[in-house]
Amino acid sequence: MYTYNWHSMKRIILFSLTSFLSIHALAQTDSSLFNRIPADTSDLKLNMEAAYNRPFLQTGKLPVAIGGYVEANSSYFGTDGVSEGPSFQIPRMTIFLSSSIKKGIKFLSEVELEEGGKEIAIEFASMDIEFHPLFNLRGGVVMNPIGAFNQNHDGPKWEFISRPISATTIIPSTWSNVGFGIFGRYGHNNWVWAYEAYLTNGFDGKIISNEENRTWLPASKDNPERFQESFNGVPLTTIKSAFRNREIGEIGLSWMGGIYNKFEKDGVKIDTKRRVDVFAIDLNTTIPGSNTYCNGEWVWAIIDVPKTYSQQFGGKQRGGFLDIVQPVVQQEMFGWEKSTINLAFRLEYSDYNVGTFKETGGNISDDIYAIVPGISFRPSQQTVIRANYRYLWEHDLLGNPPALTAGFQFGFSTYF
Amino acid sequence: MKNGLLIVVIIGFTIPLLISCEKFFPPAPADDEVLDGFVEGLSSEQQAQFLAGDVAFNSVFTAETGLGPSFVATSCGSCHPGDGKGHPFTTLIRFGQGDTTGNSYLDNGGPQLQNRAIPAHSPEQLPPGVPFAKFTPPANTGLGFLAALTDAQILANADPNDVNGDGISGIPNYLTPPSYFQPQSYQQNFGGKYIGRFGKKAAAITLLHQTVNAYVQDIGVTSEFAMSEPSIYNGTNPTPDNVPDPEVDGATVQNVVFYLRTLKAPIQRSPDNADAIAGKQLFLNANCGKCHIPQWTTPQSDIAALSNKTFYPYTDLLLHDMGSELDDGYTEGSAKTSEWRTPPLWGIGLAKNSQGGQYFLLHDGRAITIHDAIMVHGGEAANSKNQYKQLSETDKQRLIKFLETR
Ligand code: HEC
Ligand code: HEC
Repeated sequence: MYTYNWHSMKRIILFSLTSFLSIHALAQTDSSLFNRIPADTSDLKLNMEAAYNRPFLQTGKLPVAIGGYVEANSSYFGTDGVSEGPSFQIPRMTIFLSSSIKKGIKFLSEVELEEGGKEIAIEFASMDIEFHPLFNLRGGVVMNPIGAFNQNHDGPKWEFISRPISATTIIPSTWSNVGFGIFGRYGHNNWVWAYEAYLTNGFDGKIISNEENRTWLPASKDNPERFQESFNGVPLTTIKSAFRNREIGEIGLSWMGGIYNKFEKDGVKIDTKRRVDVFAIDLNTTIPGSNTYCNGEWVWAIIDVPKTYSQQFGGKQRGGFLDIVQPVVQQEMFGWEKSTINLAFRLEYSDYNVGTFKETGGNISDDIYAIVPGISFRPSQQTVIRANYRYLWEHDLLGNPPALTAGFQFGFSTYF
Repeated sequence: MKNGLLIVVIIGFTIPLLISCEKFFPPAPADDEVLDGFVEGLSSEQQAQFLAGDVAFNSVFTAETGLGPSFVATSCGSCHPGDGKGHPFTTLIRFGQGDTTGNSYLDNGGPQLQNRAIPAHSPEQLPPGVPFAKFTPPANTGLGFLAALTDAQILANADPNDVNGDGISGIPNYLTPPSYFQPQSYQQNFGGKYIGRFGKKAAAITLLHQTVNAYVQDIGVTSEFAMSEPSIYNGTNPTPDNVPDPEVDGATVQNVVFYLRTLKAPIQRSPDNADAIAGKQLFLNANCGKCHIPQWTTPQSDIAALSNKTFYPYTDLLLHDMGSELDDGYTEGSAKTSEWRTPPLWGIGLAKNSQGGQYFLLHDGRAITIHDAIMVHGGEAANSKNQYKQLSETDKQRLIKFLETR
């Protein structure tokens, strides 16, 4: 339905990137050519606007700005006494390009090189046309506004090296698709309200047919065709609305839903239409006085799994995370003014199969709990050096004694 | 001063990382607490094949890789979690044979009910009025030792006419082998039939036989040994899936068989426990050991690690009439409907760790305690059960303690 020529898109973006980078290299000797555009740090930016609120670098009068971030870390994990030993990763390097084409017309893209360049993914590549603060159009590859993490996932923003479990396995962050939609915002005194609503390509039958042996929304990301065409011709709807108060904090409510299965083949009905619906609520606030930052997200997913299939594949999932970040030292360190040391703690949970066995009435487990204490050092807001310890309890479907995993992670992430 | 603090914090965090990581990692569960793992003495080549089999045993089939169209579960490991006993969620139903003359539903959905189906396909319904029984998945450990025994060793305990008058008359299941079966030197030919050892009614002659049936009947996965998808009752023309047959290759099947052959035997726990030692005597006094034979020794085997090994499975691999309470009216091979193969009792104490925290014992998981399992013993085991019944509460607990440490 919403077809889109992915390959030529990829080429254009890579071409503009390389040409821009070479200009950048030539110009390097004269730093006066550059203009650093810092991220807007006023409090009234929302999670869903994060992609538009990043530090950029602009050369001279070129209408294009560039930015990006990189993450690198080492990790050492063991599960039930078995460890693969320490390993080093560059999980991702991301480059953003933005340009103002004409007044009121903007283009922004985010290209991600995963695992040292093995995979190149366009996370985001969309054109905005502004009509009114409350009504704007956006089209291209967009990030579905579901939960907070999906749109606010840049490594340097987080004190934790691993992404939240529920936000990557129930909500399959980074979840972006080809489509279009509208967005807008309204601000008044200390308040801001904003919304986004999109129609995009969506999920496919893989979410209940995959080697994870459980309902697994990220399985749809393996389909290389999803940027070319919709799996079943029915668009996925995603709507988010969020409020923020300068003093109190932010709350976001979002929903994403559509049909995931192929119900027709060559015009012949082969199955009933089956829905997947995801609801999320996200909250964040900074406690005045102690400056403790709390950030959390909770998600529910409801999937219409055929009754005659297997309870191996859950019809309901839920999960969430709560991050607490406490700045403990805030002062000049090593010549960096305003550096910060934070203590951080994450609590997370995902249940991939909420329900009871038909055969016994007993609880279906298939869940995971984790705690992640950590410490971070930020020489500036743009850069974080962080160390985490992570402990996970994973139960199988039947609720047998959990697999225990624990380990250390150490690394950095920075915008550049 | 504060910089000093920073340095202390960073060093404080990274030193443990560099030096004593192990302290922060979850420990391995003790060897005797898990069933997974290979027998001692495998060559590195054999260990590699074991691992390949382990991967295949736990690999999950999807509609795209051959699951179904109708099936019961998506992998071997889903039904035998951690190689242990399974949960009622994966209990399966067999139907269509009410006497020793054979299964009359083999071309019409039998012998097994595939109660689940991939999307856009229909699962099988149980034919009305047909004889059937439920089977809860057993553990898979130590099977290589049982497979290595000779038919002669098994027959030595058979006493079909109860000549010794102890009320116990074990008998093997005699089966017509599948076309791919190749008899080994330790197997005897009884007018074209062979002795079965595996399964609740001992209806599988070899581990290959059991594995091939499991792939096709339990998962809906075809192999070169069984090229047709499981048939569906009244499904005159079951819609096949889109995956070309065979859906699993012969080498993978053989790796799984090797894995089953070389899974270690469960390790006895707390062998010095006084209650367990007393319990063993009570177990033997009550004649439990006449069917649940404690000790066996393998002959020479093609896998050196299995040769001339003494092991403790607590089974005779023979069928016994277990009385009316355990007679479901369904049977396989030459077994009668009331006859079941003595299940090995080793590893029974670990069953809760694979059955979701609770016991589901006997062929259909109906007993939720060891005591309950003993109490439904009837037929040839009635005497034995009555002796158990007469034990004091403490002695019953001792006998159970003994079983839980096997
Ligand atoms: C749907 C659940 C299920 C699946 C899937 C399954 N099994 Fe089983 N398994 C059982 C049940 C039930 C039995 C007892 C069946 C019988 O009596 O024939 C059994 C018996 C066995 C036995 C005999 C054990 C003994 O003590 O005699 C072996 C070996 C075995 N399975 C291996 C496998 C392998 C290998 C696979 C994968 C190819 C597999 N199973 C897949 C349920 C399952
Ligand atoms: C005549 C042979 C015989 C005797 C004697 C006997 N059993 Fe059994 N036992 C069996 C058979 C056959 C089964 C399987 C029945 C079924 O699955 O329905 C069984 C099952 C069991 C089980 C359940 C095992 C499982 O994995 O589900 C336990 C426990 C057990 N017996 C303990 C005992 C004890 C204790 C005694 C002595 C008091 C005893 N048995 C005597 C034949 C015997």
